[in-house]
Amino acid sequence: MSDPTTLDSRPRSLAGDAWNDLRHNKIFWASAALVLLLLLMALFPTLFTSADPTDCVLSRQHDGPSGGALFGYDFQGCDVFARTVHGTGSSIQVGLLSTLLAGLIGLSFGMAAGYFGGAIDAVLSRGIDIVLGIPVLLGAVVLSGRLSGSGDDGVTAVTLTLGLLTWTSAARVMRSSVVAAKSQDYVAAARMLGAGPARLMFRHILPNAIAPFIVVSTVLLGANIAAEATLSYLGVGLKGDALSWGLQISDAQKHARVAAAPLVWPSVFLAATVLAFIMLGDAIRDAFDPKLR
Amino acid sequence: MFRYIVRRLLQMILTFFGATFVVFALMFANQDDPVQALAGEKPVSASLREALTERYHLDEGFFGQYWYYMTNLLTGDLGESISGREISALLETAWPVTVRLALMALVIAGVFALAAGVWSAIRRGGIFDNGTLAFTLLLLALPIVVLAPVAQWIFAMELDWFPATASRNASFYALLLPAIVLATTVVATQLRVTRTSVVENLGADYVRTARAKGLLPRRIIWVHVLRNSLIPFITLIGVDLGVLMSGALVTEEVFNIPGVGSKLAQGIRTEDGPMVVGFVSILVIVFLVMNLVVDLLYAALDPRIRYE
Amino acid sequence: MDVLPGLDPRAPLLQVNDLHVEFRTRDGVAKAVNGASFWLNPGETLAILGESGCGKSVTAQAIMGILETPPGHITRGEVRYRGVDLLKLREDERRRVRANKIAMIFQDALSALNPVYSVGFQLAELFRAHRGTSRADAKNKAIELLDQVRIPAARSRFSDYPHQFSGGMRQRVMIAMALALDPEVLIADEPTTALDVTVQAQIMGLLAELQRQRNMGLVLITHDMGVVADVADRISVMYAGRVVEEAPVYDIYERPGHPYTRALLESIPRLDRKGQPLTAIRGLPPALTDIPAGCAFNPRCGYAKEPCRQDPTPPAYAIAPRRTARCHFFREVLGE
Repeated sequence: MSDPTTLDSRPRSLAGDAWNDLRHNKIFWASAALVLLLLLMALFPTLFTSADPTDCVLSRQHDGPSGGALFGYDFQGCDVFARTVHGTGSSIQVGLLSTLLAGLIGLSFGMAAGYFGGAIDAVLSRGIDIVLGIPVLLGAVVLSGRLSGSGDDGVTAVTLTLGLLTWTSAARVMRSSVVAAKSQDYVAAARMLGAGPARLMFRHILPNAIAPFIVVSTVLLGANIAAEATLSYLGVGLKGDALSWGLQISDAQKHARVAAAPLVWPSVFLAATVLAFIMLGDAIRDAFDPKLR
Repeated sequence: MFRYIVRRLLQMILTFFGATFVVFALMFANQDDPVQALAGEKPVSASLREALTERYHLDEGFFGQYWYYMTNLLTGDLGESISGREISALLETAWPVTVRLALMALVIAGVFALAAGVWSAIRRGGIFDNGTLAFTLLLLALPIVVLAPVAQWIFAMELDWFPATASRNASFYALLLPAIVLATTVVATQLRVTRTSVVENLGADYVRTARAKGLLPRRIIWVHVLRNSLIPFITLIGVDLGVLMSGALVTEEVFNIPGVGSKLAQGIRTEDGPMVVGFVSILVIVFLVMNLVVDLLYAALDPRIRYE
Repeated sequence: MDVLPGLDPRAPLLQVNDLHVEFRTRDGVAKAVNGASFWLNPGETLAILGESGCGKSVTAQAIMGILETPPGHITRGEVRYRGVDLLKLREDERRRVRANKIAMIFQDALSALNPVYSVGFQLAELFRAHRGTSRADAKNKAIELLDQVRIPAARSRFSDYPHQFSGGMRQRVMIAMALALDPEVLIADEPTTALDVTVQAQIMGLLAELQRQRNMGLVLITHDMGVVADVADRISVMYAGRVVEEAPVYDIYERPGHPYTRALLESIPRLDRKGQPLTAIRGLPPALTDIPAGCAFNPRCGYAKEPCRQDPTPPAYAIAPRRTARCHFFREVLGE
């Protein structure tokens, strides 16, 4: 048991505590480094490969690694490494934007349901139930097909689809943390001191309810990246000339017996990306969860 | 118990209409040319256009269309696919193998998750516990779209331990690899939930009482703790069914299993709108009904819910 | 149940000698019990009295052998039941002592009962697990027990779940469970703390009555001096993991022999002390990771002088027949 005076001498906040915890967490740094590397790859693919991913020559079909083509060539004679590196961009883009959309919807629905309660809560919660009644991928194959026009690469369609179908977990988490935060004494105190609803919500409730939301969103980011690949694999995601790990896996799968590299490398990149975000989410949750302290 | 069932039933009916409405709206709302939307990018012949318009009552208002869609759905009339086959007949030939696959996956995942979850909870912090933690992390990071083709390549093509594809009447053995792959989509969460819940229950007062009663440790775990830990596990099964359906879509496609998933994938590929909508609607209904069953099972396990 | 090796029917029913228990956690070692000693005879009620965190519940769990290990470790001492040192028994022998010879009831019956099994199941389970009784016989015996602890309509309540009982009824179920296999020792850990005052009296009355019928030894763990006065024969007062005073209940109320006991008595309202001010004990009990040298009570004690602040801790002085107190200045405290 520590002396109470030492606790008082250093003002601490939950976020400060969490950061302190994260700083010493190796998993956090490992996953953060991996995420940074992926972001770099997404923004500046040419830093990693000088080859043109669309430069495909059939005569190089399934050739082994040579020169810049670290992973060899695929069925179409395209540079596997170049395609994989350039595929990072669309994966990260779809993942980030769809999670942002899902997060915004989840945040507003969850906050409205949790803060206002009563009839609004009932209606919004039933809405969440309804969306949860449709398994994500099933809804997505219908919606994504509808949203994409002919000839486009499907990026907008997939982003919208995933954003519109995956916000439920964020909304639920947000709702319950707002409900919990609302009943805290400091919120009642702030209300008595005359704070308006907006001030209450954004100054007092939100900062204390946001941690679980961040955790859920981080994990969702990984899940949405995987979902994009799955949709692309099934033919309702990115399409045409778009570069996507899911498309690469789909093309390479038929020829895996002859050439495994075009299947394995996009798989490794996809798994590593999902893993990075899951570990990041785990690390943040551990840091924010006072029960584990 | 009765009130609980009625409440869950009412909730399910509401969700059912909501969800089918959403699926319907996703398919038909905001289309300049709904007929073309149903047929994808293929050219639509005049006769097909007429048939589709009649079938989906496309000349009526949106809610009228929904009304006909629902009545057809509830009477089991799913209509015909673009290629002119009865959708219900397609479904009928496709579902048995999918149910077998899903059941195998669920049993494999459940048995493994319960056994490993209980074991790592008892030996928490030990090698086995840390091992399963790393293992579940790896599984969570491997989307089925990665795992299915890679597993097929390694275990069916390179090592030749399993057949690479499975037919409609596939043997247990032929379905084993796809079932294991499908199981991986749910096993990690199941295992983690089991472990957490067993750890929580091991610290509960009633476990101390059971020990004071001089019961055997294995009886305390498998009778007293497990029954309590099964409650969150069962709740999870409801969610898992949706994950399994999504997973079956990819797994059946990869392993060429002629089940519901690969038929649906085929419908997506050939841009067969009526078939996709029909299959998805049925799957949503199955999902909701199974969730109701899970809720009832949950009530059977937890007397506190039953006598609410 | 087979005979325990070394069982001596003439030996004291229960004897705890110099028991030490510590909890090893990441934050350090907490010494919860530091040489607790007491004994118990058949038909007798021994109250173990102390503030929360003084080690009384840990002592009970150590006697039962249900201490969580890790973090809890028994580092020294013995627990003798009829001469047999339970701490030296094999786990399977130990397990058969529980409920058969020594049983325990807990404070919060709602959490101490398994929420997903009927009370009947949890009662019948004892007969089935220990005696191999048939399902039907076990059920009849369970109903008989529920009847004995005066649960109305026992037969129809057999298949009810813990949450369907009131607090008092649940505690009766706990008592039924503890008495199922006719134990010779019953340890009751704060059996009435969670209950209403009127229900408290009923439960204590029931316990006393059942004890008389069965000539059972009862160890009553409590922080409530009021409960103790009515039912206990002897009292062991615990402080910071040690028994600081041991005496027949009448003597203690009349003339406490340890400053801590005295302070406890002065902090509760009593009819025979009407008009005198109540005094709270100043300070807090010591952290178990950092117990003061010498007498653990010395920082809070009005009698404390230099010897009290130095190791070793005061011995258990025999201050009167059948009375001991761990205080160098017991004479002053007794007012001699």
